[in-house]
Amino acid sequence: MSSPLLLSGATAILPAAAFHDLFALLRQEGFQPVGPTIRNGHLVLDCLDGPDGLPRGWTTEAEAGRFRLQHRQDTAYWGFNLGQESWKKFLFPARLPVVTAAKHHGAISYAPAANHVPPYAFIGVRACELAAIWIQDRILLSGPVIDPHYAACRQAALIVAVNCTEADDACFCASLGTGPAATAGFDLALTELCGEGGHFFLVQAGSERGERLLAHLPQQPVQEGQWQQAQTLVAAAARSQTRSLATDGLPGLLYDRTEHPQWDDVAARCLSCGNCALVCPTCFCFSMAEETDLENVTASRWRLWDVCHNLDHSYIHGGWLRPSSKARYRQWLTHKLGAWLDQFGCLGCTGCGRCLVWCPAAIDLTAELQALRKFPPKE
Amino acid sequence: MLPRPFRVVQYRRELRDTFTLTLEPWDGPAEFSFRPGQFNMLYQLGAGEVPISISGDPARPGQLVHTIRAVGNVTGVLQRCRPGDVIGVRGPFGTPWPVAELVGRDLIILTGGLGLAPLRPVIYSVLANRPAYGNVEIIYGARSPQDLLYRRELERWRGRFDLRVHVTVDSAGADWHGNVGVVTTLIPRTRIDVLHAAALICGPGVMMRFAVQELMKKGLQPRDIYVSLERNMQCGLGLCGHCQLGPFFVCKDGPVFSYERIGPWFEKREV
Ligand SMILES: Cc1cc2nc3c(=O)[nH]c(=O)nc-3n(C[C@H](O)[C@H](O)[C@H](O)COP(=O)(O)OP(=O)(O)OC[C@H]3O[C@@H](n4cnc5c(N)ncnc54)[C@H](O)[C@@H]3O)c2cc1C
Ligand code: SF4
Ligand code: SF4
Ligand code: FES
Repeated sequence: MSSPLLLSGATAILPAAAFHDLFALLRQEGFQPVGPTIRNGHLVLDCLDGPDGLPRGWTTEAEAGRFRLQHRQDTAYWGFNLGQESWKKFLFPARLPVVTAAKHHGAISYAPAANHVPPYAFIGVRACELAAIWIQDRILLSGPVIDPHYAACRQAALIVAVNCTEADDACFCASLGTGPAATAGFDLALTELCGEGGHFFLVQAGSERGERLLAHLPQQPVQEGQWQQAQTLVAAAARSQTRSLATDGLPGLLYDRTEHPQWDDVAARCLSCGNCALVCPTCFCFSMAEETDLENVTASRWRLWDVCHNLDHSYIHGGWLRPSSKARYRQWLTHKLGAWLDQFGCLGCTGCGRCLVWCPAAIDLTAELQALRKFPPKE
Repeated sequence: MLPRPFRVVQYRRELRDTFTLTLEPWDGPAEFSFRPGQFNMLYQLGAGEVPISISGDPARPGQLVHTIRAVGNVTGVLQRCRPGDVIGVRGPFGTPWPVAELVGRDLIILTGGLGLAPLRPVIYSVLANRPAYGNVEIIYGARSPQDLLYRRELERWRGRFDLRVHVTVDSAGADWHGNVGVVTTLIPRTRIDVLHAAALICGPGVMMRFAVQELMKKGLQPRDIYVSLERNMQCGLGLCGHCQLGPFFVCKDGPVFSYERIGPWFEKREV
């Protein structure tokens, strides 16, 4: 594999002991740092006061149908991969009021709901997550209709990426070319070097704003050996991945195989719980819900995440267009790995592996696609 | 996602469960331009928002007309609207029937039930420019004579010499002297030159499926057949994902599709 790390842009070494300074600088610049942290035994994304809030010394074990947080031998800050939450939590919240309506003297007025969007600093965005943001940009920012909340949040946010130096069993970013190294779409990218040579971050600037911030941080020049070490770690994270997703033949393959017996096979295992779509960083479906006061004088219209595994997703008066769980799983997979290409010119999958990790039935989309590639057995 | 307030200026009872609202903008531009086949999202405070086709005359953009069947929550509340009430409107959304592109052709306008509402603007447009088209055949089916929508208008159209109107009902009493049977049985009676004809279809899914088969049997090509589809719609903007059919968002790539484009998906089950 060729050099996985981006070589352009300013680079420097930040001693781990100076990690606090990055947070202090971001706060000084008016950002609200958010990133991975452990709350009630769960790895979530939330506000961070400083690096002490990070899951330092923890690692994740993520496999189909299984997720564990474990202690590590070392004190690495970034020795884990992904939890169930993605940055969609902030950019495209699960519940958001979008319109308010009020009656007064026989008239009714409608107004956009006021949503405060703080300038977030996203700390620890993995390469696959940058890919997910890039995909959601295409859906929500590229017109003709733009999601105003997403646009405001995205515009204001600063992104500190973290290159993966280890991969979880569920990861398959390398096969999709979305990771494990961040190559674009960040302000700063960190590669953590934690070993006998000391504890450092190799910092790369990916934007002018990133360069400006980097210039304000206590730093040392990058030694050739440190570059090598970072390259080797990230390349090893790519090589260690055992899962892969082959994209040849998509979307036609899925369009042509809507009657493949594998859909019955997966339907016998799928619980239609919708976890896979809820944890997916690119799924964008929503429903609208109405909330009113008792007198029916004011109302808010809420946008709530919805998923195509829900029966009501396809409800029209008199029935459902996808009544069987087979049809709903087929919609999910055919959209993510098929129709998405026609709609947005990219896959709806980044290789993050969340959908298989959080599936209570351990259904693995890479395995399902492989099975669908095989022709049905001859009678 | 922001609706515009419109005032109800007329409520008209059409059938037992079906009514027509005529709306005018409460503020802003006094005209609402649209093309036949497009729809609006109608919002009733406290109830919600639903997609409803525009069923008025595109040449009269000062009045926005919607014919609605009360089937559930939102449409049930809309049924209680009376002149003076204010509702929210977003739109117009979606692809139109290709009325201008079909100039010079014979037309079959084939509808069942409430499907006549989204096709009425086509009929108005064609009649306003009648000499530009060849033979025009309207086929309309309803459950019973009591369920015939726009009955007086249908009778007026039937009285014209430049239009053939075929009406059928699923079942009727002794006082009905018209056709009884499904709409597809009337297709063979149409007088069209299949090489220069187009069909515009809107109605229940099963009816559309059989109608397409029958029209193709008659010799029409998939590219000359247009259908209007219905899906759950939460936004009308191509964002909520509910209206997807294969690669299409029915709210923006449709609701009107040529059968050439939608056929492969239309024939699949539960997609
Ligand atoms: C493009 C388009 C044009 C339409 N034009 C008309 C028309 O001109 N006149 C008319 O009476 N009806 C029309 N419909 C159908 C109308 O939208 C539904 O009857 C209406 O949404 C039912 O809402 P409800 O809340 O009363 O019913 P409920 O059964 O309480 O439905 C609950 C919710 O499900 C969704 N839903 C239910 N049925 C449908 C449906 N058929 N289509 C889309 N969403 C649905 C809506 O979000 C609705 O609020 C059209 C639908 C589409 C997609
Ligand atoms: S896969 Fe399903 S839930 Fe995800 S965006 Fe597509 S239709 Fe929506
Ligand atoms: S489909 Fe699964 S692996 Fe792909 S981006 Fe979504 S959650 Fe991650
Ligand atoms: S109605 Fe929301 S995407 Fe079509």
